[in-house]
Amino acid sequence: MDAKIEYLLRQGDNALILSQQLSQLCGKGPALEEDMALTNVALDLLGQTRMWLTYAGELEGKERDEDQLAFHRDAIDYRNVLLVEQPNASYAETMMRQFLFDSWHYFLMQGLLQSSDPRIAEIAEKSFKEVTYHLRRSGDLVVRLGDGTDVSRARMQAALDDLWMYSGEVFIYDAIDNAMVEQGIAPKAEDLRAAFLDHVNDILLEATLVMPSPEAWMQRGGKQGRHSEHLGFILAEMQFLQRAYPGAEW
Amino acid sequence: MNATTDQVWSWLGEVPDPEIPVISVVDLGIVRDVAFDGDECVVTITPTYSGCPAMQVIADTVKEALHAHGLARVRLVSRLSPAWTTDWMSDTGKAALKGYGIAPPVQQAIDISGLRGGVKRGSFVEPEVVCPNCGSRHTQLTSQFGSTPCKALYKCLDCREPFDYFKCH
Repeated sequence: MDAKIEYLLRQGDNALILSQQLSQLCGKGPALEEDMALTNVALDLLGQTRMWLTYAGELEGKERDEDQLAFHRDAIDYRNVLLVEQPNASYAETMMRQFLFDSWHYFLMQGLLQSSDPRIAEIAEKSFKEVTYHLRRSGDLVVRLGDGTDVSRARMQAALDDLWMYSGEVFIYDAIDNAMVEQGIAPKAEDLRAAFLDHVNDILLEATLVMPSPEAWMQRGGKQGRHSEHLGFILAEMQFLQRAYPGAEW
Repeated sequence: MNATTDQVWSWLGEVPDPEIPVISVVDLGIVRDVAFDGDECVVTITPTYSGCPAMQVIADTVKEALHAHGLARVRLVSRLSPAWTTDWMSDTGKAALKGYGIAPPVQQAIDISGLRGGVKRGSFVEPEVVCPNCGSRHTQLTSQFGSTPCKALYKCLDCREPFDYFKCH
């Protein structure tokens, strides 16, 4: 498959799966403001998904639109990183997952503003503003909960220790990612990683949390379609309607 | 029928935003261009936020309004770049927001992200938002995310009323 289509699917699937995970918390947030923030972020990510998957479908040229790509692919054809499919086990896990994702997503969108593909640069320009709000909020909450009570600090540290091994997959470039760098479409892994580690380190210091080693072994496989069992459950719920009633429309 | 682009602009000036009906789509700054391609009227709009659920309704309302003015063929085009910013909102629009109980954006969205100070903690200076109910400057951010993607939640520390702030973007 064309490298650019794969790259677009990766971006779209990351945003879609994280959006779906956040949507599951609609009406269950720990406070009204948090509930609204979670669903606002979910909505932004869903809008971004649409831009990525629409473009992927157009390039593919098989008349698959964004809805078909979202609802008619199974787990093995999904290209999201493992981080976004990790469960909403607790609010600490949800917020730490968001913070690690946002910290990469922000610098990626910033890098993609200079993409040699004008359509990708446009999508990044639109997304970058939204992602800036996301990262500000998740960073604030990591500090508030990390530098909070003994209980909240312990939970945030445990969430960080649990999720850290999923934070590096986005920087492990394969042939697809490298082709994008060579064509001037995507930023280099080392540039993104340096900016990511610098920002994460700043926030974790303020949050009084201990950052695990950046050299730790990192989980991988999601970008190539090798997922954890969690993704199947997420898709089962997300795709239920289209699988039960194929082609159904509102 | 023959219409000029100026006429179309003035008709669009009467099409309300579905979520904030006191402001028109023109005053909101989301209509980017009006042109004629033969007898087809082409209206270019840009989304405020990429996931804004009102965009479909806006597109339908614009079409309906122009049909009602006798334009048979209307096409809506969506344009992402340059990305919409609150600077494109007209002064009329900002005044209407305030009258409606929503504090209008107070800063100019100057940098590319539309957000001063980036994401470093402490580098972001919260804007001074005036309470649309009592006019006090003694207000506080409750949440960066409000009832729609484009708004934040504030509260007034004087009159104690909560209110929406149309955030800079």
